Amino acid sequence: MSAGTQLDRPKAAFDPASPPTGTEETCGHPDGVRATARIRATYNGRVTTLPELRSDGPFHLRRMRTGGRAATVGVIGAMSAPLGGDRLALDITAEDRAELDVTTAAATLALRGPTTAPATYDVRLSVGEHACLRWLPKPLISAADSNLHQTCTVNLAATSQLVLREEQILGRANEKPGHLVSRIRVHRAGRLLLDQHTAYGDPEPGWDGPAVLDGHRAVGQLLVVDPELDLQRAPVLLRKGTKDGCAVLAPLAGGPALLATAVARTSSALRELLNEALGHAFGE
Amino acid sequence: MSRAALLLLADGRFPAGGHAHSGGVEAAVAHKAVHDIYSLEAFCRGRLHTTGLTTAGLAAAAAAGCDPLLLDDAADARTPVPALRAVARRLGRQMMRAARATFPSAELDRLAAERPQGAHQPIVQGLAVRAAGLTPKDAACAAAYESTGGPATAAVRLLSLNPLDASRLLARLSAETDTVAAAAADAAARVTTEGLDVLPSASSPLLDITGEQHAAWTMRLFAS
Repeated sequence: MSAGTQLDRPKAAFDPASPPTGTEETCGHPDGVRATARIRATYNGRVTTLPELRSDGPFHLRRMRTGGRAATVGVIGAMSAPLGGDRLALDITAEDRAELDVTTAAATLALRGPTTAPATYDVRLSVGEHACLRWLPKPLISAADSNLHQTCTVNLAATSQLVLREEQILGRANEKPGHLVSRIRVHRAGRLLLDQHTAYGDPEPGWDGPAVLDGHRAVGQLLVVDPELDLQRAPVLLRKGTKDGCAVLAPLAGGPALLATAVARTSSALRELLNEALGHAFGE
Repeated sequence: MSRAALLLLADGRFPAGGHAHSGGVEAAVAHKAVHDIYSLEAFCRGRLHTTGLTTAGLAAAAAAGCDPLLLDDAADARTPVPALRAVARRLGRQMMRAARATFPSAELDRLAAERPQGAHQPIVQGLAVRAAGLTPKDAACAAAYESTGGPATAAVRLLSLNPLDASRLLARLSAETDTVAAAAADAAARVTTEGLDVLPSASSPLLDITGEQHAAWTMRLFAS
């Protein structure tokens, strides 16, 4: 990252024009960026509109052109983040009957910052009745010596639809990964649907062993929640071995939801597996 | 409270069906990911800190008196593939039978009536530990130990390893097993004030994927 970006960072953190609106963030490292970006989509009876589109810190939000009733927002990285000590959050809400697609323009690269303290990156997704949210960001890359705690908290109504993809790449080409801790929690109609916690990279014990990643450096999930899903089918296994990556697509216990879990050697192989899983989720 | 009761519950010969399961090591051996004592140790360490921690948290919470039905839902949300949910419930049913015979309690009876197909095994184990007058920490310790003891014993059979090497491996992991159990018991102690979300949900992508792969095999030595 360039020296110029470094000089800009404290300014972004303390810019009085954009005070941090998060209520819980209080302990960011003085060098860290604190930013909460918000997207709120509503349905006006004809199309989905975006009454709130609040860029902040590294998240520059841009409305993309679309046809039909859905709205699409692109999250464009406005600075290098997350770095150690940063406190980042992204709040995305699709209110009742809204249809919202959110993507990111580039991979998110977690780098070591001015401190080895962890950065936090919290994504909060909220989907109303008969609303649909597709959150399909580009991969998160855990670069050497980075330290990131990521959470994804999802609240769904009983009739919500969701497509969520998460891809984690452990290290850029041929480097050791940083320390990446993630937790995803999904509630549907007030009930817990999925709770998973993963922790990769040193100093986590056993993370690269045959019970967890076995040398794979790309790991991802695809979650599809849709009240119309047919859940009576058998789990789908993609690739029988494990050497060149493999995935499983299977129904969750607590609701109309399918989860694909995949591991692969490379990000492209991972994407291929998750795309295949997506095809199976909606195709058959 | 009786130390011997804990040894009985954690004993591989306790008739709770655990010996028929490899904890994912049979699939790992088939994929050549586990092929000697060193790769087995790496496997056991990974399993201890993922599934082991999660099941130890559930067992400790059940032993601490948390609502077992809510814990059963929490276990479902932490087990995203049907094959491993089915295994956990089958083992829970077998554990229930053995536990009610050895440490009868109204709580075990109630859970057996509510979940006739079986509750997740660590929850039954936690209730059994409670019925035996033992502590949540004891339940966590038994569950964490089982998360490595099962695969290590299965691997000895699958790879014809020296049982002395496997025991040495488990001895080497014992301090880490205690640490995991302590973390799980700490989380369980916070449930009353902070809710079930504080319980660990550590997971492993490969155990989930290969667990489902293994269930689809037609020929296998172990049930999971």
